Amino acid sequence: MKTDPKGVLTGSHYMDGDFAIAEGGLAAGCRFFGGYPITPSTETAERFSERIPKVGGIFIQMEDELGAMASLIGAVWGGRKAMTVTSGPGFSLIMENLGLAAMMEIPVVVANVQRGGPSTGLPTLPGQQDMMQARWGSHGDYEIIALSPDSPQECFDLTIEAFNLSEIYRVPTLLMTDECIGHMHEKVIIPPAEEIEVVERKWYKGPKDKYMPYKPDKDGIPFMVKAGDGYRFHTTGLTHDYRGYPEINAEWQDQNVRHLVDKINNNADKIIKIEEDKTDNAEVVVISYGITSRVAIKAVQEARRNGVKVGNIRLITVWPFPEKRIRELADKIKAFVVPEINYGQIVLEVERCAAGKAPVIKVSHLGGGVHNPDDILRLIMEAAK
Amino acid sequence: MRDEKQIEGAKNPMEDFLRMDRIPHIWCPGCGIGTVVTSFAEAIQKSNINLDKLVVVSGIGCTGRVAGYIKLDSFHTTHGRAVPFATGLKIANPELTVVVFSGDGDICGIGGNHLIHAARRNIDITVICVNNFNYAMTGGQVAPTTPEGANVSTAPYGNYEYPFNLPYLVEASGACYVARWTALHLRRVTKSIQEAIKKRGFSFIEVITPCVTLYARRNRLGEGLDLLKYYYDNSDIQHGANTKDLDIKYQGKLIVGKFVDIEKPTFLDSMNKHFTKVLSDKYEPYVKEVKNG
Repeated sequence: MKTDPKGVLTGSHYMDGDFAIAEGGLAAGCRFFGGYPITPSTETAERFSERIPKVGGIFIQMEDELGAMASLIGAVWGGRKAMTVTSGPGFSLIMENLGLAAMMEIPVVVANVQRGGPSTGLPTLPGQQDMMQARWGSHGDYEIIALSPDSPQECFDLTIEAFNLSEIYRVPTLLMTDECIGHMHEKVIIPPAEEIEVVERKWYKGPKDKYMPYKPDKDGIPFMVKAGDGYRFHTTGLTHDYRGYPEINAEWQDQNVRHLVDKINNNADKIIKIEEDKTDNAEVVVISYGITSRVAIKAVQEARRNGVKVGNIRLITVWPFPEKRIRELADKIKAFVVPEINYGQIVLEVERCAAGKAPVIKVSHLGGGVHNPDDILRLIMEAAK
Repeated sequence: MRDEKQIEGAKNPMEDFLRMDRIPHIWCPGCGIGTVVTSFAEAIQKSNINLDKLVVVSGIGCTGRVAGYIKLDSFHTTHGRAVPFATGLKIANPELTVVVFSGDGDICGIGGNHLIHAARRNIDITVICVNNFNYAMTGGQVAPTTPEGANVSTAPYGNYEYPFNLPYLVEASGACYVARWTALHLRRVTKSIQEAIKKRGFSFIEVITPCVTLYARRNRLGEGLDLLKYYYDNSDIQHGANTKDLDIKYQGKLIVGKFVDIEKPTFLDSMNKHFTKVLSDKYEPYVKEVKNG
């Protein structure tokens, strides 16, 4: 369906990634923002607080990220589209109720403008060190969806995409950006509302006493209702049956976990978006995401000028991971080169998928800046030997 | 449902309010939580409100299980987060009447920060805090409400910490309605719940209840009846008492009553008024807060 035009600031803007996340959220129909200020994500919260009263939504600055995430889940059961934004230490606190959101199958969006860590780390400088935490940072087995924008424009576009995916799969969806993209000012084009497709919640329309919040529909995704409409439903963070009633046994645990994981993994092909450039006949393939992909491209171009056949992959979807494509390439190429601003996270996934068929070379920058393209180039050249 | 033959036409008076398909509940014999649930059911029956718009949110713990037994839209959330969850639910959908039903450890231990902030913001929700002086679900550990000198499993030589005086805490934080009762004061609890639900603004009811299996056993205080007798002998109804004076000493006097009952604009009232004033026609009014019943 078309989005509510009230939230859409159509036009050509010069804005940073943090603002673009807020505009993407508003354009997607987000009308509830509960958050807590944390550098370098605060501008998103500020933008929401300024804009949302004018579009019929609500902003609340909660007492911490534990409360912020809890408030979002409440707001979604209240019928709203909801999001928050955070970074570093805040992301750790978000994890508590991200687990509840996964268990309750809540469509909700969390943006993480990553900074260097661990702990307080580098509040004002970039990192990509939360990529693994994004996947499994809360306890237990579950899957989420995580997207990684490489520009303010994509912050806008992918926030809308994140909302849509979260509604389709009833799953918390993460926008994993970083301080560089968050604070980078670029042109952001916001299209007219009638060109923005949004996914409506999968509302249940059957008889009230037959509603079961966790009974998968034919597509595997259960229907939702909102509180106050007479369904008298129950939902819990405990392992539960289709009615949402607690079931403390191995059988329902098996059903719950398989369902939470499979609904994402079985649809991975539909969810995953990657950008590929010259990967056919490549000897070396560089895989990166977020700000690092904008640095890596420089090294890729330079290597090509030096006669190396380099393919380039940019992960737009990071979770679920594009394992199929990596496996295919592993059979054909000499090596993967994976630059990222951490001591080796996504590189481990590439390694797992390459399964020894192609060496995987990591290029780590440990945070506080971006790679020098020469460091990536050097390893591409070595890999090509 | 159990197999026992039912008398034709007979109906448990609680049936309309409970998920009978989840009964029997998990609470121990002599526990006071069920008593508070009964009061709640009676209160909502008397309140004449649209039950479709009434929701219950619980956290984790013995009392946290209440949400699972109440036949309303009911949410069993994470430990300590019932209040912020309820905050989001209420302000996202202001036509709801939102009741948080949880225990002392959940509400004022792990969730203490949320409690004071919801009171400060005057979020229009009702918090029923069942206080059994210990963390019972995990086996009777020391809580922020355990009286000094009481023996609990993680204070095996007796508790030496100062406990919270909850009515004082929430009044200082800004609550509009504050009451304290014990599980003995069934009718008073019922009336307080009715008043709290009607109240526009943050309301808080502490109900002191027996934990026979853990707290009472460890302290050799006897059975449920002995604890009710203790409440009977030591409760002193003092409406309007200064909340500063409501400390609870080990097996000491229990000052109960309604201490605070004031009016002031809620979070949404203030927000709507403020934005209307400063943004005038640029303000896209948020759904108006309406009172159920």
